[in-house]
Amino acid sequence: MKNPILKQMKEGIVTNNPTFVQLLGMCPTLATTTSVMNALGMGVAVIAVLTFSNLFISLVRNIIPKQIRIASYIVIISGFVTAVELTIKAFFPAIDASLGLFIPLIVVNCIILARAEAFASKNNPLMAVIDGISTGIGFTLALFSIALVREILGTGKIFAASNGTGGVTLLGPWYSPATIFLLPAGAFLTLGFILALVQKIADKIEEKNHKKEVEKYIDETFAVVPAEGAAEADVPVRTDAEGGDR
Amino acid sequence: MGNIFLIMFAAILTENFIFSRFLGICPFLGVSNKPSTALGMGMAVTFVMTVSSAVTWAVYRFILQPLKIEYLKTIAFILVIATLVQFIEMFLRKYVPALYGALGIYLPLITTNCAVLGSALLNIQKGYSFGESVAFGFASALGFTMAILIFAGVREKLAFSTPPKCFRGFPILLISASLAAMAFAGFSGMKLG
Repeated sequence: MKNPILKQMKEGIVTNNPTFVQLLGMCPTLATTTSVMNALGMGVAVIAVLTFSNLFISLVRNIIPKQIRIASYIVIISGFVTAVELTIKAFFPAIDASLGLFIPLIVVNCIILARAEAFASKNNPLMAVIDGISTGIGFTLALFSIALVREILGTGKIFAASNGTGGVTLLGPWYSPATIFLLPAGAFLTLGFILALVQKIADKIEEKNHKKEVEKYIDETFAVVPAEGAAEADVPVRTDAEGGDR
Repeated sequence: MGNIFLIMFAAILTENFIFSRFLGICPFLGVSNKPSTALGMGMAVTFVMTVSSAVTWAVYRFILQPLKIEYLKTIAFILVIATLVQFIEMFLRKYVPALYGALGIYLPLITTNCAVLGSALLNIQKGYSFGESVAFGFASALGFTMAILIFAGVREKLAFSTPPKCFRGFPILLISASLAAMAFAGFSGMKLG
């Protein structure tokens, strides 16, 4: 992980995942995960907006006066959101119909403003683009995993088109779909359980690291004793001097 | 008049902003730790959303439509809302200091509350008239306030519960929200308007 680009990507996708770790942008996370296709559509839209707005903000970061920077960021972001919205309307009308309101609402998605303020305004354009792409991918993966659970449990199928047709049937005819997972209640429930899982894994990793550190500490502090003992046995006269050196 | 009543009823119960439309989840989870702060946030949102519904409707009808630049509505609306929030803040500080004291800290947060921009965009999407837009904005905000207040009450009890370690914090909150959403889903059987 010496490479700064790789490090930044890991940061955006895993260690600082916008949804699971920073808990930003909850509205689209809950609203657009009724199916995997919707989630991916939303994810790609956010990746596009985040990358372009990060690039642009990074380019003009030295021109914008400090006092009005937030307002300027919002204008820049809403410009790109409008561009993405019109593109989706023109080429993917089905996605537009199912995501509807949540495409223009990317403007007030806190992830984008947070990356603009915390990263793009302080770093060069290349790093800003990398950060935009990796944070966007982190967001998309989070949406994807939530939508996966909701769509499979809610319909028994996966990868159905936005209007509910097509898709691969995963759970056979014996499975009666639990429609609750497509309703808002199911969205909260799924996200709650996934976050609990994430927290569990994070706790495990921390425990492991902690154990390792404790073991290392024990090794470092107490390993000296037998070594000193050995030294004592060999040349008992010099122990005091050696101990002092340490 | 009957139409406006239907719109308001639907906005508060059957299409509650939080539990069925997923608008304004951030403040819903962020400032619902105490009923008093929840009420403050709810009042601030109600105030801003009612005014912004009126103003954005007028901006759309009298500026964007005549100039045929409707596609700029997202940019125009977010600017209008940001300015409006600043303006309301200054106005309240000068003329209604008591209300400013109560709402002050919540006002700046509202600019990035997606419920406000969401209601402005929904008004246009549904083709509401001026009166209907204002009624929709006001009622949606009332629904938001009600949801956040109910949840603040739940959260106070939740503080004394001991869920499994990995469920502490956000996960248990979301699961409680899920139960609340189920209750609200009961209203959705009513077909209105």
